[in-house]
Amino acid sequence: MTSLAYAVTDSATMLRRQIRHIQRYPSLTAMLIGMPVVLLLLFVYVFGETLGAGLPGGGGDRGAYLNYLLPGILLFSVTGAAQGTAISVAMDMTEGIVDRFRTMAISRAAVLTGHVLGSLVQTLLCIAVVLGIALAIGFRPTATPIEWLATAGVLAAIAFALIWLSVALGLVSDSVETASNLPMFLTLLPFLGSAFVPTDTMPVGLRWFADYQPFTPVIETMRGLLLGTGIGSSAILALSWCAVISLLSYLWARRSFRRRAAR
Amino acid sequence: MAVTTATRPAISVSGLRKTFGDTVVLDGIDLMVTEGTVFSLLGPNGAGKTTMVRILSTLLPADAGSIRVAGHDLAAEPDGVRAAIGVTGQFSAVDNLLTGEENLRLMADLHHLGRAEGRRRIAGLTDRFDLGELARKPVSVYSGGMRRRLDLAMTLVGEPRLIFLDEPTTGLDPRSRHAMWQIIRGLVAEGVTVFLTTQYLDEADQLADRIAVLDHGRIVVEGTPDELKRSIPGGHIRLRFPDLTALHAAARLVATGQPDDDALILQVPSDGDVRSLRTLLDRLDDAHVEVDHLSIHTPDLDDVFFAFTGTPASTAADHATTGGHR
Repeated sequence: MTSLAYAVTDSATMLRRQIRHIQRYPSLTAMLIGMPVVLLLLFVYVFGETLGAGLPGGGGDRGAYLNYLLPGILLFSVTGAAQGTAISVAMDMTEGIVDRFRTMAISRAAVLTGHVLGSLVQTLLCIAVVLGIALAIGFRPTATPIEWLATAGVLAAIAFALIWLSVALGLVSDSVETASNLPMFLTLLPFLGSAFVPTDTMPVGLRWFADYQPFTPVIETMRGLLLGTGIGSSAILALSWCAVISLLSYLWARRSFRRRAAR
Repeated sequence: MAVTTATRPAISVSGLRKTFGDTVVLDGIDLMVTEGTVFSLLGPNGAGKTTMVRILSTLLPADAGSIRVAGHDLAAEPDGVRAAIGVTGQFSAVDNLLTGEENLRLMADLHHLGRAEGRRRIAGLTDRFDLGELARKPVSVYSGGMRRRLDLAMTLVGEPRLIFLDEPTTGLDPRSRHAMWQIIRGLVAEGVTVFLTTQYLDEADQLADRIAVLDHGRIVVEGTPDELKRSIPGGHIRLRFPDLTALHAAARLVATGQPDDDALILQVPSDGDVRSLRTLLDRLDDAHVEVDHLSIHTPDLDDVFFAFTGTPASTAADHATTGGHR
């Protein structure tokens, strides 16, 4: 076999390992699903009526707010899952098993690739559950099958980017506790964007930040795909952000993984 | 060991140096390990043993020196080295969320063994290491000894010709320790080369063909266990007498003995062999000198360190820095 074939085989082996971890540690997955679901129910049933009234275009009711809110909640699921990735990478690094992998003639990238693919599976699982609950409580998207597929693509792209970022954060953390805290800013970012309320209701400085931070175009793209609102340049912006974050995080993670070896 | 294999080194190291920041951890190490033998690196905590293993097993780059492991240059062909070695570290390198069987399966997959071959080796190792009972339980419920056995079994899935064992019995109870020794002896019988680090002299004595004593990043002495023990003055017999008269009578009979009047003890240098012990007792018996109590003191790590560095192992460890690992 060629070295590329080995890299693929080893990555698949590591992915199987991560899937087993997800199965053996269901409380983590439950927590990753629970957070966005709680937030969804909280915002729809507690704040929904009021926030819905403030939506542009004469305002709406709780149902209208649910439609507005959901893309942000999906993104929130991704950031939560990314936090899980950082924790599981840090856990791996504190145990001897990664050192064992490093003394074996296996593809260097496979360990990290396994984590990324495993987390991607976990994230998409979380999103599916959250989406199911949203549909059950009255989320009514207008998306065609193509638009659904495109939404899935956008979610996968931002998940891929944030997971690589979390892998890097997990690698630079000295402890599992640090790894669990470092990605916290990711869970805050949707709040400082267009996830929960339109940005034009915010004060100028905050609004500027909200308009230009990476999560807003991702949310606006999904909103456009699912509900038929205008997408404009958001799609290009969103995908560019994803590509840049993925690339930089990948390089950072690779460097940290090598450096971690030299301790 | 066969003479034919004695010419091929499994490991050869010359001028190895490693520093962490300002701390010199390994300071010019030269050593040679012959294929099919057990080489033991003996030293207190913090002497640099783990750093040595981490360098030889490609985990850490050396700062200087030329190193060949399993026929490959360590710096130029790390993957060649990795394909030939197995490492069982001081801290267990098992996946706690997987079962014992899944851990072994993971190793078989990473060695790219086919399904049938993987299954055959896993079954063999499960049997040999007595892991069957808990094979389908997650490793988190394993005892320390069991975890260590699984760890070693995982190392052996790839059938390495050279194995690094970094303090394989530290923290194990005596029974698990002896079980581990049996396993290591079994490997050696199959022709596997073992590089063993330990802080126990008796362990090195039990298992090793050659021992090197590491202190402050330097090898202070190297030789066979017998050579080492012969050069250590620490071994002695302690005889306790009922009164001073008996002690002094004995002291006159045994010229090499050192009497301690307060404790009523005579300390006689000895390597503990039965014939010299019998001669000693016969001589005391013939002179009708009564002995209350006898104990044999075998040299320990402290004696080795007294002999070669002038400091006990515990003090040596205090002086050395613990730069080996996190």
